[in-house]
This record gives sequence, structure tokens and C-alpha cells, in this order.
Amino acid sequence: MMATLRALAEPNRLHIVELLRDGPRPVGDMVHRLRLRQPQVSKHLRVLSAAGLVDVRVDAQRRIYALRPAPLQELEVWLEKYRRLWEGNFQRLDALLDELKTEELKTKEKKRARTKR
Amino acid sequence: MKNAGTLKLTTPTDREISMTRVFDAPRRLVFDAFTKPELVKRWLLGPPGWTMPVCEIDLRVGGAYRYVWRHADGKEMGMGGIYREIVPQERLVCTELFDEAWYPGEALVTTILAEQGGRTTLTSTMLYVWQETRDAVLKSGMERGVAASYDRLEELLMSIE
Repeated sequence: MMATLRALAEPNRLHIVELLRDGPRPVGDMVHRLRLRQPQVSKHLRVLSAAGLVDVRVDAQRRIYALRPAPLQELEVWLEKYRRLWEGNFQRLDALLDELKTEELKTKEKKRARTKR
Repeated sequence: MKNAGTLKLTTPTDREISMTRVFDAPRRLVFDAFTKPELVKRWLLGPPGWTMPVCEIDLRVGGAYRYVWRHADGKEMGMGGIYREIVPQERLVCTELFDEAWYPGEALVTTILAEQGGRTTLTSTMLYVWQETRDAVLKSGMERGVAASYDRLEELLMSIE
């Protein structure tokens, strides 16, 4: 998962992953869409490939890249569990804050009642 | 129970996890809930079945905090760190290290509270010192160790369900 996060942290690489979400693409097409030079795109694709995020297949003269969903699903599952853990904490915090607000209000009312007297 | 907002979770960079959540309360109360042990103990509990028998907070720059959770089955989990920055009601920066950390090095946690119309937006960013430790980890061939620690985390998170 660290490898996934690391690979996705670079904006151009994230962009490549987003492009590949729509389906496999040849390198030339990504070069055109990203407005980067071919060596740069190839370098990013090598990093994504090393992280297991993309697969390549050679079709005649073209190298066609496709997304490998497994690492992204793993990341999503991890984040979802993390989110659930904290949502549980924060729902308890909501209840506690409601209680604190009520207490504050009561204290204020008592003070007001005392000054009236 | 009123749910003030949904939790948003993002990974802004390769070593950060960021959370945003709105609370229907002024930020002085949210700040108290994060820094007064008797209040922290009541909500920072994680999955069902856990309580927090130890919650010590020395709210000073350089001061330490220590949390220990205990599960109904007797299992314990500890965590602690040092406060690096404190701006009352606004900002808290502290280090965070679990006794059985699943990641190399400490995390640095920055919590920011912004109030608007009596509601508070909390943003908490956890910066894992992955980058700094990464090369050392790779060189020493500890990747497998890290993977094993991740499995422990997985187990821990699985127990939420």
C-alpha cells in the first residue's frame, strides 16, 4: 500500500491512472493527452508498473497500458476501514459535544438566575 | 443522535492521510474534547469492545501524552507522543507512535480547528515519516517486516467489523 500511495502522489502519474480508468491506452495517446514528452511519460509508466498499478502488452508496434485494479482496491478497502474507525470515534464525540453544550447552557442560566436575584 | 457531518478522508501525498469533519459545537469545546483526559477517554475508543484505562496528557510544548486501550478480552494497545505546537482552540501538532507500530518511524499529527457560526471544522493530517525511513528500510531488506506489520494493522482494522 505504501508503494501505491507513493506512486500516486505524483500529479502526472495520478493523471495517467485516471486516463487508464476509461480503458487501456497506447503510450502515444497518453503523451498527447498529458502534453508531456514521451520519455517523461515512459518514466512515469515504469514507476506505476513497478508499483503493480499498470500492466503493459505489446500490440504490433504499440505498447498498450492497462490499469491493474488490485492495488487501488486494496487502498480503498484500507481507507474505508480507517474511515469507519474514525467515524465511530467522531459519532461518540458528537454526543459528548452535545452534552458539553447543554452543560454550558445550564451553567449560564444558573448565573443569570443568580444575578437577577 | 445528530450527525453534524460526514468524515472526508484523503491521501494528499504519499505519506499523508488527511481527515476533515464538521462538528456542531464551538471549537473551544472540541479543543477540550481533544485535550482533557476525562473527555478524551469518552470518545477516542476505536472499535467496539475497547476502553481507555490510561489517558495522560501534559498539554505543554515538549509535554508528553500517553494512551492505553484495553479490549474486553484483555488485549492492550498503547500509543503516545510529544506535543510540538499548541495554539489553544486552534491548532495542535504532536508526534504519534504506537507501541507496536506497523510503520517505520513516528507520525506527525497536525490538528486544525476552524469555527464558523458555532460549528467547527476539524482537519487532521497524519504525516508518516515514510520518506525519511524509506531508503533505510529498502537497504536493510526490511520490506517484508513492514508487510508483516501491515498485516497486523489489517487484523486490527478487521476487528472493527
